[in-house]
Amino acid sequence: MNPFLDFLITAIPLGITFLYGCVGEILTEKAGHLNLGIPGIMCVGGTCGCMALRILKNSGLPWFVILPIAILAAFAGGLLMGLIYSFLTVTLKANQNVTGLAMTTFGVGVTKFVMSKMAVGGGMMYLYACDYFRFPFQQSKSALKYCGVMVFLGIAIALIAAFVLNKTRVGLHLRAVGENPATADAVGINVTKYKYVATLIGSGIAALGGLFYIMDYAGSYEAYKSIEGMGWLAVALVIFTLWRPNLSILGSLLFGLLYIAGSRIPTLLGIQLDMSATPLLQMLPYAVTIVVLIVISVRKKREHQPPASLGVPYFREER
Amino acid sequence: MKTIEKRTREPLFHVVKRDSLPVWKGMLIRVIAVVAAILLCALLSVIMLENVDPIKFVTTLFDGAIGSQRRLWKLAKDTAVLLCISLAVTPAFRMKFWNIGAEGQTLVGALASVAVAYYLGGKMPEPLLLVLMLVASVAAGAVWGGLPALCKAKWNTNETLFTLMMNYVATGLVAYFLALWCPSNGSVLGRLDFGHLPVVLHEYFLLIVVTLVLTAIVYVYLHYTKHGYEISVVGESENTARYIGINVGKVIVRTMIVSGAICGLAGFLIVGALDHSITTTSVGGLGFTAIMVSWLAKFNPLIMVGTSLFITFLQQGCAEIGSAVDPSFPNIIVGIVLFFIIGCEFFIGYKLQFRKFPKKGGRAS
Repeated sequence: MNPFLDFLITAIPLGITFLYGCVGEILTEKAGHLNLGIPGIMCVGGTCGCMALRILKNSGLPWFVILPIAILAAFAGGLLMGLIYSFLTVTLKANQNVTGLAMTTFGVGVTKFVMSKMAVGGGMMYLYACDYFRFPFQQSKSALKYCGVMVFLGIAIALIAAFVLNKTRVGLHLRAVGENPATADAVGINVTKYKYVATLIGSGIAALGGLFYIMDYAGSYEAYKSIEGMGWLAVALVIFTLWRPNLSILGSLLFGLLYIAGSRIPTLLGIQLDMSATPLLQMLPYAVTIVVLIVISVRKKREHQPPASLGVPYFREER
Repeated sequence: MKTIEKRTREPLFHVVKRDSLPVWKGMLIRVIAVVAAILLCALLSVIMLENVDPIKFVTTLFDGAIGSQRRLWKLAKDTAVLLCISLAVTPAFRMKFWNIGAEGQTLVGALASVAVAYYLGGKMPEPLLLVLMLVASVAAGAVWGGLPALCKAKWNTNETLFTLMMNYVATGLVAYFLALWCPSNGSVLGRLDFGHLPVVLHEYFLLIVVTLVLTAIVYVYLHYTKHGYEISVVGESENTARYIGINVGKVIVRTMIVSGAICGLAGFLIVGALDHSITTTSVGGLGFTAIMVSWLAKFNPLIMVGTSLFITFLQQGCAEIGSAVDPSFPNIIVGIVLFFIIGCEFFIGYKLQFRKFPKKGGRAS
């Protein structure tokens, strides 16, 4: 295959990992909650999916049953983590940054614990399902192999999220809750319900990213160790795409390209690149995000700002 | 015509803010939360690990943390490093500036130290080298912390996201320099021969003393100086600060430079007194743990000695319990304990007011 095309196609599934986390985080942030637990949630999602796959290994079920069950298990894992987060931050009004960081500590710890435990005694029997996830290209010899069902699912989720956020009443209410919960409360929107539902669904979506990364893109026993880094990139992607799920599809592709650029550019352009250039290229997504962050704050365009009440707990009786 | 009588029911309870709670009551709530968390963890470990019972869990926890002289020193060392970074983030937090970039600020501080020792080591007397390392570290940390603050002061850039991103830029920089310095050695920098802090009494003694002195300095700075007062006012209300003539932007930038500089100092200590080398994970997530330590102590440097000791104690003790299985076990325990403490703060700040049930023959008012 043309090396340039190969580069592009490899970047798509890598980007999809970010996309899941990013869309989930956008929903949460639109409700006014900065969830720094996304890396932990993605890890737990991956773990739950793998556990489900391992249990189903000898069940004899056809692949089109196993696949949705694994995806649902990952989603459920995300929901569970989201429930902890939203109970602490919405109901108990805890500090979101601290809660989120604790979630990441916890989630990454659980994942490493469970996954390494599964590794003992040949228990890592979940990779058989890689081919299921890579449907319809599982036979492909090229990079196309990684563009399985969950790639399309991710893009679909992003488009649906964009539609719901911008074109429906529910989306309008959700954005109102994130911008100014007191006003939203005054017009009769159930702030608590919106915050809970948005955080839960967002966490569930983000969790799928972890499963996708382990089973489809990486397809290895060691994959769970690098999910955390992917999660932070997903948080960066939210800012980079200005809180828009539809833009985040393109943004994720760009981040994917940048992430693997270090290893691909030398062969692609036929130039000799110093080994030290790879870390610099991998740093680029973060640096670009910082630039975007500064630019939007300098330009002060209203539609490009973070949700106004991001990070502020809502208490009705507060003046 | 039917009339629908709409009945509104008073909810079972509603949440009210507490005016104030006696200190001992607050402490009691926290202690209950910690004990509950530890019980849950003991239960979990019985389920997840083989041959552990709840009593063995607790004894192993203590044995792992303070069971021998070596472990005591290690506990003190880890506490000191964590405390140092926690002290660094505190001034910014008191200002409600959510600096979650301590990880990166410490890492660039460490990187600056290593760079100075790498290029200048052996070319000048050791004391001068150490001073240069210190200056470089503090300056690097200050720049890393000052940059987001400058943007915040000038354009109101979101500091949480900015500082978060700076962490990974710092990691990238370290990876870059490692690849530059030792391309043949798989980007692993060996132990540096120069720029070691002198050993007084014990390997870790100097580090611990420096951190304790720093604690006192930061406490005085925050509670008894004009700067500290300005920080508190800006944290309480920016409008009030502006009204009484405080230059808010200046305070933000100055405080973050202080924060970053202390992080840089922590980086210097990690390199000069402990590791004498650097990897991308030299700080190992302490920058994030420090945020929780500082928050748990309500941003009071003196209480932070206790909270950092507590977190380190848990981590080290749990490492002993889980060592047979996996080094990630402590993170699970620390996570659960944090959830409980975070949750219990609600009951300190708010109280539940239950619906008054109507008495016989009477009506609830």
